[in-house]
Amino acid sequence: MSALIEVTDLHVTARQANGSDVELVKGVSFAVARGQVMGLIGESGSGKTTIALAVMGYTRFGCRISGGRVRIGDTEVTALDAPALRKLRGRRVAYIAQSAAAAFNPSRTIMAQVIESALIHGIASKADAKVKAIAVFKSLAIPNPETIGMRYPHQVSGGQLQRLMAAMALITDPEVVIFDEPTTALDVTTQIDVLKSFKAAIRDRNTTGIYVTHDLAVIAQIADSITVLRGGEVRETATTAALIHAPVDDYSRSLLAAAEPALRLTGAAQSIEAPVLTVSGLIAGYGGLDSTGMPHIPVLRDIDLAIAPGRSLGVIGESGSGKSTLARVIAGLSPLARGSVKLAGEILPATIAQRSKDQLRRIQIVFQMADTALNPRVSIEDIIGRPLTFYFGLTGEARNKRVRELLDLTHLPSSVGTRRPGDLSGGQKQRVNLARALAAKPDVLLCDEVTSALDTVVAAAILDLIVELRRDIGLTTMFISHDVKTVRAICDDILVLYAGRVAELLPANAILAPHHHPYTQLLLASVPELKPGWLEQSHSRARGSGEPINPRRPAAGCAFEDRCPRRITDTCDRVAPPLRALGPGRVMVCHRQPEEL
Amino acid sequence: MRAMIRTILRLVPPTLILFWFAMVFVGPLIAPYDANAIQDADVFDGMSRKHPLGIDYLGRDMLSRILTGARYTAGIAMIATMLSVGSGLLLGLAASAAGGPLDMALSRFLDALISIPSKLFGLVVVAAFGSSIPVLVATLAVIYLPGCYRIVRSVAVNVAALDFVTVARARGENLGYVMLHEVLPNILGPVLSDFGLRFIYVVLLLSSLSFLGLGVQPPAADWGALVRENISGLAYGAPAVIMPALAIASLTISVNLTIDSIFGPQERGH
Repeated sequence: MSALIEVTDLHVTARQANGSDVELVKGVSFAVARGQVMGLIGESGSGKTTIALAVMGYTRFGCRISGGRVRIGDTEVTALDAPALRKLRGRRVAYIAQSAAAAFNPSRTIMAQVIESALIHGIASKADAKVKAIAVFKSLAIPNPETIGMRYPHQVSGGQLQRLMAAMALITDPEVVIFDEPTTALDVTTQIDVLKSFKAAIRDRNTTGIYVTHDLAVIAQIADSITVLRGGEVRETATTAALIHAPVDDYSRSLLAAAEPALRLTGAAQSIEAPVLTVSGLIAGYGGLDSTGMPHIPVLRDIDLAIAPGRSLGVIGESGSGKSTLARVIAGLSPLARGSVKLAGEILPATIAQRSKDQLRRIQIVFQMADTALNPRVSIEDIIGRPLTFYFGLTGEARNKRVRELLDLTHLPSSVGTRRPGDLSGGQKQRVNLARALAAKPDVLLCDEVTSALDTVVAAAILDLIVELRRDIGLTTMFISHDVKTVRAICDDILVLYAGRVAELLPANAILAPHHHPYTQLLLASVPELKPGWLEQSHSRARGSGEPINPRRPAAGCAFEDRCPRRITDTCDRVAPPLRALGPGRVMVCHRQPEEL
Repeated sequence: MRAMIRTILRLVPPTLILFWFAMVFVGPLIAPYDANAIQDADVFDGMSRKHPLGIDYLGRDMLSRILTGARYTAGIAMIATMLSVGSGLLLGLAASAAGGPLDMALSRFLDALISIPSKLFGLVVVAAFGSSIPVLVATLAVIYLPGCYRIVRSVAVNVAALDFVTVARARGENLGYVMLHEVLPNILGPVLSDFGLRFIYVVLLLSSLSFLGLGVQPPAADWGALVRENISGLAYGAPAVIMPALAIASLTISVNLTIDSIFGPQERGH
C-alpha cells in the first residue's frame, strides 16, 4: 500500500533578525500509510512542530520551505499556490494545537467555531453542520453534546476544550489530522480521557495522523510508528514497539531513559530530629477575609506538614489543588488566614515585610519558569551575586569567588558569569535559578515545578543535580510537582493535595504498596506508562470523570466525593472524612478503612 | 549603492538633532549678526546672500534669530521633558512596584490632572504667575507628567508581575531596589521612546503658547514666537514666517524618526 503522506528531503529555513538564514529542518523524510498514526518526538527546537506545519504547506512567520516535497494522496502540497492551500487546509488536513484555551475565540460560541471550517469549505449547510458537530461531540465522549455548543470557551474545562478543538478539526472529515502536543497542557487525569477519545476517533474514522509530542509514554499509546527528531534531523524511525523495546540510536535511548526516571533516593533514614519546617492548621486563600476570618475564596484548608532536616517532601496534585499557593504562603508571598508556619520551632510572621532578613534568607523559593524568574537585563554573576551581597554583605573578590563556587556546584561553566539569561539554554537557566536560591544558604528550599517547563532529558539532569545537592550539602527541600514519577524519584515523603486539602501523606517508597487514598490511586493510574496498549487497559483501573476540581464545592463532605469511585452514599457527601494516622509519616483522609482501598 | 544612500538618509535625523542642540549652546556665538539689532530697513525681504533666510518684520536677520531661538525652543523643551519624564518615571515605578493604596492615590490624582486641557492649563498658569522661563518649564513639565506616568505604570506593572520581581521581593529587597534594579532596566526602551514623543509635544505646546504671546517674551524669541511676530509676512510669502516653522518641523520630525529607528525594529522583533 502506498503511503498517504510522503515527505521527502524536507528543508525549512528561517530568516534571522540580522538577515542571515538558519536551517530549522535539515532534509527530513518520512511516510505515513493511510489509517496510521506517526509520532514525531523530540525536544524543543528539534523542529517537530515546524515539520508538522509544513505538512499543511504552512510555515510560521519568517520561515519558508526551502527544499523537498510534501505529498498528501495525489496532491503535491509543496507545489500548491495560496488559494489551493486554503482549500486543502481544514478540509483535507486539519490541525489540533497545544493550547485550546488560546486557540478558541473567547467572544464566539463553541458551536460557531466548531462548524466554521465546514461552512468555509461549503461542505454542509449550517443546520447540517450543527447536527454533524453534535455527532462528533458524541464520538469524542464530550459531556452534554446537545448543549455544549451553545456555551463560550471559558465556560468549559480545559480537557473538554481540547476535545472540542478535535471536533473542530474532525468536522470536515479530513484525511489527515495533525496533533500538536494536544495534551501537554492538561493534568494527567484529564489527559487520559482526552487520549482515549482521540484514539477512538482516529480508529473509527480511519484517520491518518501525525502526532507531535515530547512525551514518549503518550506517543506509545497513540502512534503506530515513531520518528525521533533532534536538531531538525531524523535520528530514528521505527514502529512503536520496536522503538520502545530496541532503540537503535543513542539519542532515542537517552529519551527512553529519561521517560522512566530512575529512583534517585538517597534513602535518608526517618529522622528523629526536630523538623525544620512545620505547617499547622494552615488556611489560606484569596479575596480578603469574611466575618468568621475565613478567606472568601479558600485555596488551602487545614494543611499540616513537617519536614525534618535533610529530607525532601514532595507535594503533588492537579492544577487547582493549591500546591503552588502552599509554597507562596510558606515564603510569605501570599497571605495566610489561619494556622502557622514554623521555621525551626519559631513562628514566622505572615508577610515578607514582617519577617526579618535572616528569616527570609532561610526559606528560598525556586520558580517553574526560569525565563521569567531571571531578570533578562542582568548578568548571571550579578543575579547569583545579589543574595550574597544582600544577605552576607559580600562584595568584590569574595563575592566573585563564591559565585564561581555556586556555578561549579550547579555544574555551570564559569564562563556563563558574564552572560545574560537570554544567552543560556533552558536547562542552564534553571541551574542559575537554583544557584541563586542556594547562594542564600537556605534551611529550606521550595521548588515549584522546577522541571515542568524543561525537556525530559534536561529535566532528568536537573533532578540529578537536586539529588546531588541534597546528598552533598544536606539540603531540605519541598518539591512541588504535578508529576508523580518525578516526585517519587527524588522525594522521601509525598503529600497528596486535592482541592486544597490533604488527601494522603505517605513515604515515597510506600507509593507502590496497596491501600491508597482513591485520589492517589487515580493519579497513579493516570500516569501513562511506556508500553503500547496501556491506554486500553487503563479503563478498568482508573475512573477519571475528566471534571476539574471545583473549588467552590460546599465545605461539608469530602472534596473528592464527586469523582471518587469508592464513595459511600450519604456519608462522603455529608460528613467530612476523618484523618487517619497509619503509622509513622502516613496519614490518609478518607471514610474508608485503608484495608478496603 | 542603495545601501549607502539608505545609510546616509538614516544619519540625517540624528545629525539635525545634534545640530540644533549644539545651537542651544553656541547659537548666539555663530550667528552672523546680533539677533536683536536691525540690519536692513527692507522688512520681509526674501533670501539673499547677505541674509540667507531673509529679514523679519523689523528688519532683523532671520538666520541669526532662528539660531538664537534654538536656545529657547530646544533648551526649554529639553529641560521640561526631562523633568516630566523623570518624575513620571519615578512615580510610575513606585506605583507599580508598591501597588495598593499608593498606586490608587497616584493614579486617580494624575487622572484628574490629565483631564485638564493642556493649552488651557498653560494659559491659566501663565496668566496667574506671569510668563518667565522657570514658570514655562514647570508648567510644561506638569502638563506632560500624567501621560508619562500612565505609560510607565502600564509597562511596569507587567514587568512587576514577573517571577524575578517576586524573587527579589521574597528576598526582602526594598521598594527602591525593586524599582531601579529589577523593573527599570526592562522598561527602558518604551520609556525612551516616550521621552522622544513627549519632547515633540513639549516643543509644539511651547511654540503654540509663544504663538499666542504667552511663551517666551520679546525681545527674546523662540521659534513659535518668531512665527507669530512675522505672521503678517504670510501675505508677502516672506521666508521670515516659513523658516521658523520649518525649524520646528525639522527638530520634531528628526526626534521622532531617530527614536523610531532606535527602538522600532527591536520592539517589533519580539
